[in-house]
Amino acid sequence: MFDAVARNLPFLIGGFGVTLQLTFCALGGGIALGMLVGLGRISRKAWVYQPVTVYVNLIRNVPLILVIFWFYFVMPIIAGRPLNPFLSAVISFIIFEATYFGEIFRAGYQSISKDLVNAAYSTGLTYSQTARYILIPIAFRRLLPSLITQSIVTFQDTSLAFVIGLQEFVRRTSIVDNLEVRSIQLFSFVAIVFFIFCFIGSKISRHFEEKGRKTGVL
Amino acid sequence: MIEINNISKWFGDFRVLTDINEVIDRGKTVVICGPSGSGKSTLLRCVNGLEPYQEGEIIVDGISLSDPQTNLYKLRQKIGMVFQRFELYPHMPVLRNITLAPMKVLKKSRQEAEKKAMALLERVGIPEKAGEYPANLSGGQQQRVAIARSLAMEPDYMMFDEPTSALDPEMINEVLEVMIDLSKEGMTMIVVTHEMGFAREVADEIIFMDEGRIIERGTDEEFFKNPKSKRTKAFLSQILV
Repeated sequence: MFDAVARNLPFLIGGFGVTLQLTFCALGGGIALGMLVGLGRISRKAWVYQPVTVYVNLIRNVPLILVIFWFYFVMPIIAGRPLNPFLSAVISFIIFEATYFGEIFRAGYQSISKDLVNAAYSTGLTYSQTARYILIPIAFRRLLPSLITQSIVTFQDTSLAFVIGLQEFVRRTSIVDNLEVRSIQLFSFVAIVFFIFCFIGSKISRHFEEKGRKTGVL
Repeated sequence: MIEINNISKWFGDFRVLTDINEVIDRGKTVVICGPSGSGKSTLLRCVNGLEPYQEGEIIVDGISLSDPQTNLYKLRQKIGMVFQRFELYPHMPVLRNITLAPMKVLKKSRQEAEKKAMALLERVGIPEKAGEYPANLSGGQQQRVAIARSLAMEPDYMMFDEPTSALDPEMINEVLEVMIDLSKEGMTMIVVTHEMGFAREVADEIIFMDEGRIIERGTDEEFFKNPKSKRTKAFLSQILV
């Protein structure tokens, strides 16, 4: 039943490996940048708040596939040489996902009382120390379920990188399909793999949600 | 010494503080009381630079807060602050709540900071809670940890913003006792509170504020026996049942 899959398994798994690599890079960069974007969005300094807000609104109102295309075609003009598709995809994803993670972190920061921050300041902690030891860890814990959900979305989104020729999971499946002409079984296989990973992810998210409700520590 | 010279502050069009003047000498305890919304908490926040003010000047040990050269982070190390709702860091155990600032700001070693933190927990009477998270402590215990957290920075001044008003009645005394000890040991304190028993025992001066102004001030004897203004009388008659 999955004969075409079986014949090309190493090639397909290699593609899935690229998908995973892309996901981890996008998440690492996107979450790290998102923490800062969230801080920018609650900043009282106009020169921080305004540009960050423009960036977030701009990117969130454009389809991801356009960001990927745009970056892939524009970067060579700026950089003077073509970027490899993987690097180009990673950067596009970080820029895109950071706006979504940024809004999650913003909600997390805003859930923290002003006096908790004042308490940190009153012990002499600086802004960056307060962000690092108080704001970010609390926001991270409070919104862990949302962060995991957005991570699952990012994982699914990475398949869009096939439009710039990156040989990730979907692209490689489509290459195999061109040779084998077994579209249904091949793409069913891809769907099943994605489903299993995302389903596990959503269960983990659910677990943290329950745990957070029960302990109520934060 | 903290000098507050003619401070005025607005939130938008609303004037929250009007021409506040006060001098707090080293070793003194000043109690501020007054109805809610009278600007007491805002005044405290102005003194350690958590809130800006638009007119006047606050000078702490000769350093002006309005001077753009002043490093507010550095200045705040000298002024501890305790909040109505405790404001412990919920994601850290009690010990870590206390050691964070000494380790990150004063660059103390973990060992040194923890030793000091344990001594402070001993002093506020709950060393056994060092490993607990704040959510597992009663309100009174949380507030005592908050006091220990401030003291860990070895401040020259301590400010308390209604430290007992979020507590159940049976927990108020355990917090007040710690504060009374501190005052008697010579800590300079500004305390916003309606605990008039505390004021009688340790206050060197009592200030009554209403609508952003200082209406009356005096030592505890004259303040309680002969309040001059009608508003002070009305206020005292309500809280001294």
